[in-house]
Amino acid sequence: MTETILAVRDIWKRFGGQPAVAGVTLDVERGEKLGIIGPNGSGKTTLINCITGVLKPDQGTVTFEGADISALPAYRRARRGIARSFQIPRPFVGITVAQNVMVPLDYVDDVDNPVARTRELLKLVGLESRADHPAESLTHLELRKLELARALAAEPRLLIADEVMAGLSETEIDEVLATLFALNDRGVTVIMIEHIMHAIMRFSQRLVCMETGRIIADGTPHDVGKDPEVRRVYFGEQASH
Amino acid sequence: MKDKRFLIVAVLILVAGAFLPHVVKNAYVFYAGFVTLQYIVISTGWNILGGYGGYVNFGSGAFVGLGTYAAVFLFNAIAAPLWLQILGAAVVGGLLGLAVGYLTLRIQGVYFSIATLALTVVLNTVIVNWPFVGAARGATVLAPPQHGWFPTIVTYVFFAMLVLAVLSIALARWIERSWIGRGLAALRADEKAAESAGVPTLKLKLATAAISGALMAMAGAPYPYYASYVEPTAAFSITYALNALAMPLIGGTRSWVGPLIGAILLSGIEQAATVTIPSEVNLLIVGFVLIGFVVAAPDGLLRLFGRRSAPGRRA
Repeated sequence: MTETILAVRDIWKRFGGQPAVAGVTLDVERGEKLGIIGPNGSGKTTLINCITGVLKPDQGTVTFEGADISALPAYRRARRGIARSFQIPRPFVGITVAQNVMVPLDYVDDVDNPVARTRELLKLVGLESRADHPAESLTHLELRKLELARALAAEPRLLIADEVMAGLSETEIDEVLATLFALNDRGVTVIMIEHIMHAIMRFSQRLVCMETGRIIADGTPHDVGKDPEVRRVYFGEQASH
Repeated sequence: MKDKRFLIVAVLILVAGAFLPHVVKNAYVFYAGFVTLQYIVISTGWNILGGYGGYVNFGSGAFVGLGTYAAVFLFNAIAAPLWLQILGAAVVGGLLGLAVGYLTLRIQGVYFSIATLALTVVLNTVIVNWPFVGAARGATVLAPPQHGWFPTIVTYVFFAMLVLAVLSIALARWIERSWIGRGLAALRADEKAAESAGVPTLKLKLATAAISGALMAMAGAPYPYYASYVEPTAAFSITYALNALAMPLIGGTRSWVGPLIGAILLSGIEQAATVTIPSEVNLLIVGFVLIGFVVAAPDGLLRLFGRRSAPGRRA
């Protein structure tokens, strides 16, 4: 039995003239592992911003767990169970790594023992030794891990991972993938945006390819990978010949 | 445990403050002490929005002046006692703070600061044209001669300010250590990421701006009794804006201790300058001190020393 957790209907978003997202309609099932690929500037992150409430779409609706959340501000969507990581890490500088993770625990879900939960989360992403360091002292890699820990903190039901693996080594990619798989096993729906093809191919049950703000392919990773249109836009003109 | 110790120290200070007028007979102690305590309230109040939230309010003069004139108004209108004057100042200061909080919706950074600076000019102009509170001539406020336990009016307002200082520090300390403080730190660093982590940034900014505004206005409320004469230029002085900014910066903006140290230091320097050299030089000295601190300790004194005492932290 499948249940739609997220329903995106005819989303449009323009910055000036050219639409960044041009009429995207997308359904995500509960427990699904959905990958979104597409060249730079194809509107993936803009779509995510419209889903999470960081941006207000010009048109279209977003429904999460049966409720229309189109009018809700980002923090209310987060409280309903949508978490995201940002493509470019956005740490809360000026406070420690542990305190960074505690912010969503404070505001989204009222956990009994936030200190223990924070330790557990930092251990999960391998940052436990950095818990008391200020966030600004982290390396780029550690910032990505922090971004993930913060997104996972409040036990979201939908996690949107926007290029969490960029710049990671193969071993680290495996670690992050294992974390996401484990999360998904616990019932969390995961939307992954990624440029690292082998990772997203391995992770996704279903793959969507975007180009100039539209969805041009939607299917199993195998089928989408073979789609001539996808090959043309994603791997360049020469790849299709 | 730490909370308990803080509470004990706070109560001891209040008790000591209540008995001080019967031990120390030198009136200057209370005149100078009032100013120091007023600076502590302003500095602590400013830091809740400016330091924790990262919104640099340049309109402290507007809040302090508003508090002062709320007291004058209530005194003239209904001969309100001091506590009611302070309460009234807190209410209007909180409302003005809310308005300032809404400003953050549209403008950030230096534009926010300029808008808050303009607020001082606007309020000053309103008071200058309002005869009921004395207009440009100023208002004479003569406190009733009896102050119960306290021998003089100055010792009375000194104690009132001491209570406000202890309350504001306790409030700042609580905010800093609670979920509010972490939410403010998050929005100071990155409002979008904070929203995505579930922080209601607008509500938090509104609440913080209101608290900050209420505290700064309360700092101005006992002034009419203290000076017995109020005029708009002094009440809305730009010096308040400068000092409110300088004190937390000198001490450090991330902890309640910073504004406290900054206020004691700055008022100390000012008092020393007032009794030794012509008072016009005060502002110049404050300016030099601020420049010196910005150069030598850009993160405030706390960070300067904190770096050495906390080896776990990386600079």
